[in-house]
Amino acid sequence: MDFYLTALLQGLCFSALALGIYISMKIFNIPDITTDGSYTLGGVVTGVLLTHHQSPYIILPAVIIAGGIAGALTGLIHTKLKINALLAGILVMTALYSVNLTIMGRSNLPLISVSSLFSLLNLVKDPNQNAFWILSVFVIVITFLIGYLLKTDFGLAMRATGNSESMIRALGVNTDRMKITGLALANALTALSGYLIVQFQGFADISMGIGIVIVGLGSVIIAETLINWFRITKVWLSLVLVLTGAVIFQLVLAFTLAIGVDANLLKLITAGFVLLIVSLPRLSFLKAS
Amino acid sequence: MIVIKDVHKVFNRGKANQVNAVNGIKLNITDDEFLVIVGSNGSGKTTLLNLVAGSEFPDIGSISIDSNDVSKLTDYKRSQWIARVFQNPISGTASDLSILDNFRLAAIRTKAKGLSIGINDQFKQQVKEKIATLGMGLENKIEQPMGTLSGGQRQALTLLMSVMDSCKVLLLDEPTAALDPRSADVVMRTADKLITDFKLTAILITHNLKDAYNYGTRIIQMSEGLVLRDLSNSQKSDLKQSDLFDWFG
Repeated sequence: MDFYLTALLQGLCFSALALGIYISMKIFNIPDITTDGSYTLGGVVTGVLLTHHQSPYIILPAVIIAGGIAGALTGLIHTKLKINALLAGILVMTALYSVNLTIMGRSNLPLISVSSLFSLLNLVKDPNQNAFWILSVFVIVITFLIGYLLKTDFGLAMRATGNSESMIRALGVNTDRMKITGLALANALTALSGYLIVQFQGFADISMGIGIVIVGLGSVIIAETLINWFRITKVWLSLVLVLTGAVIFQLVLAFTLAIGVDANLLKLITAGFVLLIVSLPRLSFLKAS
Repeated sequence: MIVIKDVHKVFNRGKANQVNAVNGIKLNITDDEFLVIVGSNGSGKTTLLNLVAGSEFPDIGSISIDSNDVSKLTDYKRSQWIARVFQNPISGTASDLSILDNFRLAAIRTKAKGLSIGINDQFKQQVKEKIATLGMGLENKIEQPMGTLSGGQRQALTLLMSVMDSCKVLLLDEPTAALDPRSADVVMRTADKLITDFKLTAILITHNLKDAYNYGTRIIQMSEGLVLRDLSNSQKSDLKQSDLFDWFG
């Protein structure tokens, strides 16, 4: 059972990442893969600041700002230099690998005797349950903030930017600035996932972000399937489903490991699983029924 | 209201596919004027409209709106004067947003989009009343996504959205080209009514010569990036519909 609890906790850690991907992919319609880099960046900044015994009040904003800058860079390259969003993301992601390595000074940073978010607050005795409550509060606050943001006038303009650029420009919105802000927000959220995961697993690693974008994509695609299924139009519910998607995704991976699938095949299974969810609505035998 | 001075616009300059879209147009559009532009494909109508809207910038010449030189102003900055209706209904509205959300954005066209929730019961009521004037029965569907509506409904709503905030200039780029005849009629009559009621300066591009005949207080025909014919209101009322067809003969 502990195994699945860990998966649930990881799912909660990844829900910020999933919300980030939801914002870039679903709201702005931009395929952003800065993710791999900004996730590691969030983790690396957290690790280094923790080992330097910095206050948690500094670490959290620092992570958000670092992720935001990474996203804003991708946004600037994409909008101002008119470079394909995918390529802009790859460029920033690649550059971030060196940046991350430089910040850390080495490729792996253990955080064993360092106090973290999870040792700071002791709500219940069991460390896993303690982590569960802390993560839940964290995720609820983030979801609430994003949910509120998307309902404001600014949020409406964000959503319209991904929908109909000609319309929202005619309504007085600088779409370039909007996209840069959106990508900054998305990558700040992604960095937050790095922040959570590093403290949860107790180390930062330069390769922790490799292929992490698929975790976010998978979560969002699970959520999208559910959104279409239940014909959901409410923003709040969509966000909750994205969180659900992130948790389901981790549970499925935990399940495949539990039934004895070789851990080396995990990425292959992950890719296959995402492919399955994407193709599910398009498979002909389901359509017929 | 709008003064266009010797504006030139060339696309793909120096290349084999160079297009001289607009070749030194001079045009003075007065307050409350409803200008209809006709012309064959490639005559520069849409480029001219984009130049006024700010989606394109003139190579030479200047454009001013309400005595402000806007030649270098981007489209989202010119939105303080201008509202637009596009040829494609999808371009003028956000499909995934509800009717209400679309109207909220239109209601703050000239203002900053801030971090507060602007939709309240009073606003909902205001939108419902506005939409009821269309007589399409959409006032009870304001929470529906815009994407669930037909092209005609979306164009009619886009028109209403344009007067949600202060508006001086209305640009209509073949607003009925993608619509069936009945929806097209509703949209044109709505446009005409709004232009009269709100005393808007309007520019309509159309290929429908019946509309060009029925609506507007001035008509110009464009050809090869220049004004070929320019008829004032009195000259336009003397015009017969068959004369218009002869222009394209």
